[in-house]
Amino acid sequence: MSNPILTLSHLTKRFDELLVLDDLSLTVHEGEVVVIVGPSGCGKSTLLRCMNALEEIQGGEIRLHGELVSKSSKNLTELRQKIGMVFQSYDLFPHLTVLENIVLAPMKVQKRSREDASKEAMALLARVGLEEKAASYPRQLSGGQKQRVAIVRALCMHPEILLFDEVTAALDPEMVREVLDVILRLADQGKTMLIVTHEMQFARAVADRIILLEAGRIQEEGTPEEFFDSPKTERAKKFLQTFTFERKRLEQPQSQN
Amino acid sequence: MNWTVIRQYLPLYRKAAGLTVRIGLLGIAAAILIGLFCTAVQRSRIPVFRQLVSAYIELSRNTPLLVQLFFLYYGLPKIGVPTNAVACGIAGLAFLGGSYMAEAFRSGVEAIDIIQEESAYSLGLSRGQTLRYVIFPQAFSVSVPAFVANVIFLLKETSVFSAISLMDLMFTAKDLIGLYYKTTESLFLLVVFYLLILLPISLLGTLLERRTRHAGFGT
Repeated sequence: MSNPILTLSHLTKRFDELLVLDDLSLTVHEGEVVVIVGPSGCGKSTLLRCMNALEEIQGGEIRLHGELVSKSSKNLTELRQKIGMVFQSYDLFPHLTVLENIVLAPMKVQKRSREDASKEAMALLARVGLEEKAASYPRQLSGGQKQRVAIVRALCMHPEILLFDEVTAALDPEMVREVLDVILRLADQGKTMLIVTHEMQFARAVADRIILLEAGRIQEEGTPEEFFDSPKTERAKKFLQTFTFERKRLEQPQSQN
Repeated sequence: MNWTVIRQYLPLYRKAAGLTVRIGLLGIAAAILIGLFCTAVQRSRIPVFRQLVSAYIELSRNTPLLVQLFFLYYGLPKIGVPTNAVACGIAGLAFLGGSYMAEAFRSGVEAIDIIQEESAYSLGLSRGQTLRYVIFPQAFSVSVPAFVANVIFLLKETSVFSAISLMDLMFTAKDLIGLYYKTTESLFLLVVFYLLILLPISLLGTLLERRTRHAGFGT
């Protein structure tokens, strides 16, 4: 873990009176996969949205390679290009085909030629098994396919870090796998990623570091082994207990396969 | 039905149809501009302007065009503003249509989920690029059915122009009936000419809807 890419220091975020992020500090290094888990409403999504300056922050700062990321940054659009984001709900542009969705930003923002952008888009689509869907519209795709396209769209901008905000939360169970597989492969390729998820087994497999977020603070932090096998804090133990209960129910159909 | 009469009337109707279409299109063009302006103001959330726009929309939507025309045609000269029937017709149509167009556009813009804007930003698109490539095309396609309905509605509303003695289709028909009592032929031509104007617009609207339907709905 050498180069820090993204540094959050003493981040504070409030929605009116409600404190969502409370003096939160976090550094993501190059090639690192950080998974953020935590109960609903603990500020996970807000944290990711802050990193892309989609939310204003009330205190602290976010730096990408030392450059300040905030809503008032003059080079905000440049910074955002370097921070790819995939959202929970399908955020594809419904009036554009899959290919147009992917090449829009490379062409308009990075001023690349249509040929160049399309070539790369097709190669990336092939890698997620969707090259034959290039001319389809988003409404013709399944939820899992849409999320894979959304990932390709983010990748095509060559971001230095990818943020995933519960990208499988809105998917049918059988589609979760195909999306998570894509993210796993990205991890294998050494992509720097910050992932918010409720899929604990996936978190364990993909993460270099797991962070438990609750009440706007980092409650526990460690490698997947440390976190899942020997959690230090009561909070983490309690949080994991809710999942072991759920996991037992989920394991039954899996063992039949 | 006397076809000789119809042939005699034809040029008169053609001329009247020209006037109806000309005033209609100019009025609708102005209505579109007013509608866009109102939508922009309402979206901008500038306090006083917003309320003024809302007041205008309510006033315009909740009074009949005929009443609006009377105010323009008989009212304006009373306060020293010289006016003529054609200008009043266009202004009246624009005044009425502006609010209808504003509501159509607003429904389009409001139908676009905020996540669309955010995902465009997250890709590095600027505000302007986001509006141009992401929001407007989608908002437009949502607005199309209401927009086409408004165009047809406004063209039909031109039939009250005869009340301020504009020689449009309605005026011509009533005039001819009053002069020659050829009621059947006059009304027949009236229907035919309105259909000739409105049917193509209706068909164009359907085509436009089909072309833009890929956007939105159950994404």
